[in-house]
Amino acid sequence: MNRIDTTFRNLAKEQKKALIGFISAGDPDYDTSLEILKTACTSGLDIIELGVPFSDPTCDGPVIQRASQRALKSGASLTSTIRLAADLRKVTETPIVVFSYYNPIFKYGLENLARDALKAGIDGLLVVDLPPEEAQPLSLALEETNIHIIRLAAPTTTSARLAKLVDGAGGFLYLISRLGVTGTGGLDFESIRSHAAQVRASCPLPVCLGFGISTGADARLLASCADGIIVGSAFEKIIEANLSHPGLPELVAELVEEFRDSLDSINSEPVGEGGSSGGLDKPGQ
Amino acid sequence: MTKQKIIDKYPDATGHFGVYGGRYVGETLIAALEELEEAYAKASVDPEFIFEFRNMLEHYAARPTPIDFAERLTKHIGGAKIYLKREDCAHTGAHKINNVVGQGLLAMRMGKKKLIAETGAGQHGVATATIAARFGMECEIFMGTEDIERQAPNVLRMKLLGARVIPVDSGTGTLKDAMNEAMRYWVGESADTYYVIGTVSGPHPYPEMVRNFQRIIGDEAREQILKYAGRLPDLLVAAVGGGSNAIGLFYPFMDDPCEMIAVEAAGDGLDTARHAASINGGSPGSLHGAMTYLLQDDNGQIHEAWSISAGLDYPGIGPEHALMHDIGRVKYASATDAQAVEAFSKLCKYEGIIPALESAHALAGAIEEAARRPKDEIILVCLSGRGDKDLENVKRYMDAHHE
Repeated sequence: MNRIDTTFRNLAKEQKKALIGFISAGDPDYDTSLEILKTACTSGLDIIELGVPFSDPTCDGPVIQRASQRALKSGASLTSTIRLAADLRKVTETPIVVFSYYNPIFKYGLENLARDALKAGIDGLLVVDLPPEEAQPLSLALEETNIHIIRLAAPTTTSARLAKLVDGAGGFLYLISRLGVTGTGGLDFESIRSHAAQVRASCPLPVCLGFGISTGADARLLASCADGIIVGSAFEKIIEANLSHPGLPELVAELVEEFRDSLDSINSEPVGEGGSSGGLDKPGQ
Repeated sequence: MTKQKIIDKYPDATGHFGVYGGRYVGETLIAALEELEEAYAKASVDPEFIFEFRNMLEHYAARPTPIDFAERLTKHIGGAKIYLKREDCAHTGAHKINNVVGQGLLAMRMGKKKLIAETGAGQHGVATATIAARFGMECEIFMGTEDIERQAPNVLRMKLLGARVIPVDSGTGTLKDAMNEAMRYWVGESADTYYVIGTVSGPHPYPEMVRNFQRIIGDEAREQILKYAGRLPDLLVAAVGGGSNAIGLFYPFMDDPCEMIAVEAAGDGLDTARHAASINGGSPGSLHGAMTYLLQDDNGQIHEAWSISAGLDYPGIGPEHALMHDIGRVKYASATDAQAVEAFSKLCKYEGIIPALESAHALAGAIEEAARRPKDEIILVCLSGRGDKDLENVKRYMDAHHE
């Protein structure tokens, strides 16, 4: 079974919400990135989104743009991202989703990617600028693997289109919480809640909200209307502000814990344990 | 010469030119593109829209532009006859106006309040600001900080026309980054904002729509050359960056027995890293919403393009060109900075016309072809714009290379 599916099944049993973290692969460098990822997995992250740096990230706001630039400067690529996933897989069973623009994947070769991603223990692929209309070659390449294609839905997505998005997709649906690019802030909680409710009613996959979620308070306010939340720019901000800090992985881990606590506290009884409450990082440690 | 019918065959219903084109964008933009596609489909067959477009091209943009036999240049070269399609005579001094008249009218129909555009050299920014002023619409132009410095006169023009110029310093601060930023802005504001893409690039329906607004160049030229020279040209030549003037000239001739050469900017040379030749020096990939030929490295990261001509300085090319290359309908040649500047000087000297550096690439290609073709052949060149904007650049180049 795909690790993403296992994770959501376990979370549902425990009545918990998924905490999904986006980290730009290779920011600020390979080794630090690997440490950040390892620490994040043991601090309560349920799913890792590993961002492949791209020279022209048109769906990203300034924070992730800069993260992408730093990673590129450190020599990161899709090749090194896959290697990073493989290294991470040696120490954790946390599901890994590779988050990329299409061009690096296309250039790498779809067949090559399917083979290498499978070998590395990657569980999902989210291609931010590849709508279902253009995704057939990728779907074909992944057919023989159990790697999920994760799709995004937007506030502008109609219910007719939602069916099309979900067809051939797996893992979870990434529901974009507001118009615009990635970044922090700008959330309209009321409209997000009503849209999320609508989407969840017709979506067979778990629905997770992302874009603009910057604090534990945001997460708490939104978690009740979704199966999980996705945080990206907030982590990258910490990384950016502490590039040469020796304790950078721990600083990121503290924010992971803050989000974890916020998510767990919505299950009516106040949960404040923090730490490895994700409960999924059992084997291999 | 291929016999297959090309006109009206591409793109297919999903916006693909063979394997190229399409719609490689984030999900949030899909609704905006569908809205645009529907509005354009309706407008393009609406006699009222067609009349407004034609009427404005005639009275505002000063069309039809003439074709002009370059007699002294032809004599100097001593080969095939060179005719010029004089897009430099259009309002704002380049073919760019055709497209912005069309998209501006469409934006009005769609009830949008604001136009945004990306610009490199500033020509498309000026054209968009022009039409925004004419229609009384708000206008923001995204421009790389590097380009703002290099193209100060056009920045001033845009401001005089009432546009806000938004500096883009992400990435390398040039055209591709300006386009990235315009797309990012549009993702958030598409409800009341219309994004005017300046070339036959971007996600469907832009490549098709911009081509159809620019085909006026070829439609006029075909009629004019038949009247003027009594027959179809043997060869059409145009410069190609994104490729809107080239496709505009070529398209109505696609099913005719005419050869076509599009000239890419080879900068310092195709064997150097400094060029803008996506087809001659690039490979397929997806950028800014379309699958096409791109300048990129082995990891799929986009390279910076380089040319003395800022308007050709883009690391991609319109998807229809990618297909025309693959099926062999259009030949993609290239001209270096040096060749373009030489052609620029020749047109000044022999014809009393100062061409844009973009157009000078087409002239360089045409001169090379004319020299080895018989005198009874006809070459029609798209003189896509005037060169006043480039004087500073040309002077700098000449100073650096001749003295």
